[in-house]
Amino acid sequence: MSSIWIAVIGSSVTAFLNKYVGHLVPEQWLNKPRFMRINTLVPIVLLSALVGVQTFATKKELVVDQRLAGVAVALVLLKYKASFPIVVIGAAITSAAIYNWF
Amino acid sequence: MSITSRFNPRTNQIDRTGISVAFTVGLYGAAFGAAGVTAGFSILQTCLLSILLFSGASQFAVVGIMGAGGSAISAIATATLLGFRNALYGLQMAPILKVTGLSRVIAAQITIDESTAVATLQDNDADRKRGFYVTGIGVYVFWNLFTFLGALGASAIGDPSVWGLDAAVPAAFCGLVWPRLKNKLQFVVCGLAIALALILTPLTPAGVPIITTVLLAVIFGWKK
Repeated sequence: MSSIWIAVIGSSVTAFLNKYVGHLVPEQWLNKPRFMRINTLVPIVLLSALVGVQTFATKKELVVDQRLAGVAVALVLLKYKASFPIVVIGAAITSAAIYNWF
Repeated sequence: MSITSRFNPRTNQIDRTGISVAFTVGLYGAAFGAAGVTAGFSILQTCLLSILLFSGASQFAVVGIMGAGGSAISAIATATLLGFRNALYGLQMAPILKVTGLSRVIAAQITIDESTAVATLQDNDADRKRGFYVTGIGVYVFWNLFTFLGALGASAIGDPSVWGLDAAVPAAFCGLVWPRLKNKLQFVVCGLAIALALILTPLTPAGVPIITTVLLAVIFGWKK
């Protein structure tokens, strides 16, 4: 089995377990202040890291290219409360324009 | 649903909120579908992530990490940590939904950001339940439909950079992290996570720079 298949099936199984466990366990098991504080930060660090890596990394090298312009436009659109699809499309158009014309 | 509920302005309002959230988020599924195929996943593999995993941030993380050449283990670990918040949503929803058996399996599968958010906006348990199911099932339908269309579209084009798909993925992550940044500490932690991941990128295998940033969450979440 290819590593992509392992990732697809493995992450699907753990995602369901995450969801199911919440419906199953008594509330006090997970409802601890320290745990809640850490858990609020977990998606922030992981998603931020993914923003950084997906914007600047090409394999193991850091590069500045058209993606950075796309992300900059995405951030401006988010600042002005644009909806998700607009943010993504705005970034794609910007990046594509720079890639194709420069 | 009884016939009376169809004419009840209150439940209609909940349905409208749920469906409009579902449609907007569903559109985002097209970006995921395109990202999956661009990362080297087949259309089937991309669609299976939407059908089975069904949690946007985790799905983008899996294709992002695998596409960058990361190992399956780091993709699964990152997706799992990102999905942990769904367990907390389950905690909130369980006493309201009161389901067992197969109904609990279905409720669990649609326990995501959006269904819980719409549910918690309502002010009694019957409305919360309705908001949860309308939104959860609505997002499931639209998300899967648009994933397929996005995957199909992306498989028809050659170089993803020509269409700006290389920037669409980090932009999608921006859209996912942005609503979570609510105070100064969270902005600081966001900046540190980006810096740490970039410092580690040339030094470690792909995927490791992402998962390592969990240390920052533990350090900054440990003390109040």
